[in-house]
Amino acid sequence: MNDMSVTPEDKLLLNKFLKDNQLFLIADPEIMNDHDIGPRSEEEERLLSGPSDPHLVNMVRGRILAALDEGNTMIEQMGAAPGAKWGDIVASIFTASGDLSMIAPHGVVGFAACVHYPIKYIIKYWTDEPTVGVHDGDGFIHNDPRYGGIHGTDQSCIMPVFWKGKMVCWVSCTIHEGENGATEPGGMPPSAESRYDEGLKMSPFKVIENFQLRRDLVTFLQNMVRDPKLQLEDMKVKLHTCLRMRERVLAVLEEFGEEALTISLRQHIEDVQEEVRRRIEELPDGTTRVLTFPDSTLRENALLKFSMAVTVKGDRMTLDFRGSSPEFINRAINCNAASLKTMLLTSYLQNVWPDLPQTMAVFGPIKMLFDEKSVLNGSFETPQPMSLIPLFKAMTIPVIPMTKLSYSLPHRYTAVVAPQYDQPGTFIYGGLTQNGENVGNFCADINGNGQGGRNHRDGEHSVSPPFAANCDIGEMEVIEEELPIVRLGAFTLARDRVGFGKYRGGLGYEMIASTRGTDMWGFMTGCTGSLFTPSQPLFGGYGPPVYPLCKIQNVNIFDQLEKDPGNIKFDILDLMNNQTVEGGKYSTHPMAMTFELCQNGEVYMMCQGTGAGYGDVLLRDPAHVMKDIEESLISHETALDIFKVVYDQATLLVDEAATKKLRDNERKSRLKRGKPFDKFVKDFVTKEPPAYLPYYGSWDDPTVIYGTSQGKRIKMKASEMQSMFMPNPKDEKIKSLESQLDTVKAQLEACRAKGKASVKAVAKAKSKSKKK
Amino acid sequence: MKVLMTENLRINLDTEKWECRHCDKVLNSARDNYKRSLLAYDRDPREIHKPLLDPKKYTLTYSPDPTWCRLIEYYCPKCGTMMETEYLPPGHPPLRDMEFDIDAMKEQWKHREEVLKEPGGKDYPRSRKSVHAGQAMARMATGDKA
Repeated sequence: MNDMSVTPEDKLLLNKFLKDNQLFLIADPEIMNDHDIGPRSEEEERLLSGPSDPHLVNMVRGRILAALDEGNTMIEQMGAAPGAKWGDIVASIFTASGDLSMIAPHGVVGFAACVHYPIKYIIKYWTDEPTVGVHDGDGFIHNDPRYGGIHGTDQSCIMPVFWKGKMVCWVSCTIHEGENGATEPGGMPPSAESRYDEGLKMSPFKVIENFQLRRDLVTFLQNMVRDPKLQLEDMKVKLHTCLRMRERVLAVLEEFGEEALTISLRQHIEDVQEEVRRRIEELPDGTTRVLTFPDSTLRENALLKFSMAVTVKGDRMTLDFRGSSPEFINRAINCNAASLKTMLLTSYLQNVWPDLPQTMAVFGPIKMLFDEKSVLNGSFETPQPMSLIPLFKAMTIPVIPMTKLSYSLPHRYTAVVAPQYDQPGTFIYGGLTQNGENVGNFCADINGNGQGGRNHRDGEHSVSPPFAANCDIGEMEVIEEELPIVRLGAFTLARDRVGFGKYRGGLGYEMIASTRGTDMWGFMTGCTGSLFTPSQPLFGGYGPPVYPLCKIQNVNIFDQLEKDPGNIKFDILDLMNNQTVEGGKYSTHPMAMTFELCQNGEVYMMCQGTGAGYGDVLLRDPAHVMKDIEESLISHETALDIFKVVYDQATLLVDEAATKKLRDNERKSRLKRGKPFDKFVKDFVTKEPPAYLPYYGSWDDPTVIYGTSQGKRIKMKASEMQSMFMPNPKDEKIKSLESQLDTVKAQLEACRAKGKASVKAVAKAKSKSKKK
Repeated sequence: MKVLMTENLRINLDTEKWECRHCDKVLNSARDNYKRSLLAYDRDPREIHKPLLDPKKYTLTYSPDPTWCRLIEYYCPKCGTMMETEYLPPGHPPLRDMEFDIDAMKEQWKHREEVLKEPGGKDYPRSRKSVHAGQAMARMATGDKA
């Protein structure tokens, strides 16, 4: 009776039954956990095992890249989403089995580096599914990062390309659309407490048949978002871009044949992998590490640890993220590992090996390790709409361990660069515009992060987002025409907010925003780095400062500007320190703000940040310090106190002897105040995180993770990590206010009791004196 | 054979020691954590990232919160050059950021010539007239004149 042996036939039958009766075709872990390219198909094996003509391959590659470039330009020119105008887009091509082969030369590689997941899902689940199928003229839509993607704001259109009845490759295009019907406008809601607050969560599904959008499905999607016109327009844009790319691919097939295309697409990614293995092998064997500490869940201040170790052994590289913070089941900042990998790739392709072809195949030879239920490897149910917090870190932190691995090489693939500013520093907005439109999206300032200092020169100011060197920060006039945002201060570099170093980071700029012409408008922001320095520096430089969100409320600045325009200077420090807007309520906050309505003329201020510094500040050429003064990047105080340069403030002539003396003295002071490392460790290191600190992640042992449960600290084995459930900050605030109220009430009662007693005593005394 | 490892450090493969690139001070074993041979200082980050907003008026001032964030500076014990910096929570163990297999490195450098000055860091000239033009871009990359 207990004989449970199953024959192979029974097993086949059982598997078929389970496959046919799967209740929910959830994202497939087999697909999602594999970032490598798949094995060669039989046909690829046949074609690539023989000799191939490199000139032919090169010609096909050139034609395909030109087609992708054309596709990218089409999206940029026609796309309605703000992100499309600023370059947050990509057009790409995949092999028949779904591996990313090439992207448009100016596209965002991260967007494409995750589309192979939904394509592989479509191949696996929809090809043989009788109610779906994959046919010539079909197209699919997708945005849920759990099925592959960066975050839910990015919508992809995916189309198979058929040739003589056979599917030969896939083309896709992706736009950061923004609005997606989430609980807050703009598609990136920090207030999301579950994945059901994220708005549209599109697993890959067919929305195009016979090369046309299905209007019923388009209408359904429009009905789910705040900006239905945007949804329709950009679905059309993506469809027609895919159609144009398909047309170009068909022309290639016509001219060069199917075999040439198959060889070219596959050869391209195999060559990349071979080169990556060679590059890993030339690095020294060893391990380099970096830590970074985001200081917010975007709902409350909390110190999260992200840990990254890069280990090289021969031609193998492992990226180890174990020991990082646990996931938060009711906070928006979780990220799934597949999303994280795309942004790590971006970092490698932007800062480490920018000369390699932009394709996910680069990461094929690289293994990655995560703890389960880590915030960097969030489980399916975790909300992930503000995964940008870990993702922006992923774009920047690899440069530190990779530089420490590669500095010794006799040659360079690019300059050494300290981390770029790593926060999405921008206003996200939503509401009713002055033109009567309902919108929700984000400002292009997200693309203006300062670059880190380099080994031979300073970082560029507000150069690009860390996820794409080609993205732009947009035109203010265009924004003001479409939106009720008035930029009172824009693109003014934030003086003294600098990653100091031998070579300093490029600066970020101030954003001073207000609104007029509508009564229904609001802002939110989603950054960390208001308490703890966001980016680690390189080789003895300093990191960026921290950045607050500043507000002037309960006042209409436009009224005052009309009366007395000369008195107000559009400079955050001047506005806040001198409080020149009369009658305003001035305040500072962490740069994590859930959506709040902004009244006409109220002022919201934030900064894009500086990149980290490179090298010792005392090694900075005094002439460069003077240039920074001339350009108003730093103050005289900074030149003297940080860079130790002595000069005439009127002429900016450096007193070299006095500067040398001051710097020598500072070096002597360092020797005096520095402690031998072992003694320092004894004095500084504590067994556990300070009790007052809401700390998440490992401390001295990566297998032991700290977190909280019901507001109290807990310790967990990394292998048994549980999700964090955070209390509602408003409940906490109410609790704290109630407690304060109780204290005040008790004081009042005590006071009353004392008062009664003294009244009685007085009365008694009076009555005694009367009797006398 | 000396191998340049960072802006400030090199490894002498013959003696297996870390060395300061600025003053040639011989530090500790290259198989050990180089930080153990340096001086370390726990700095209040507000001394470097000074409050730019009036601390009497505001709690957040562009300065890191010293109860959350400390700035650890590492100095060469001979010349006082700042070799590394790291931002850590108070009491967090300093990171061992570099750990190399010295035997493998020796093997690797048997086949390489010593590098005395780090490579890279070349800036290509920018043509203000036509930065997007293909031929101009190509000339920038190759260094050829028009």
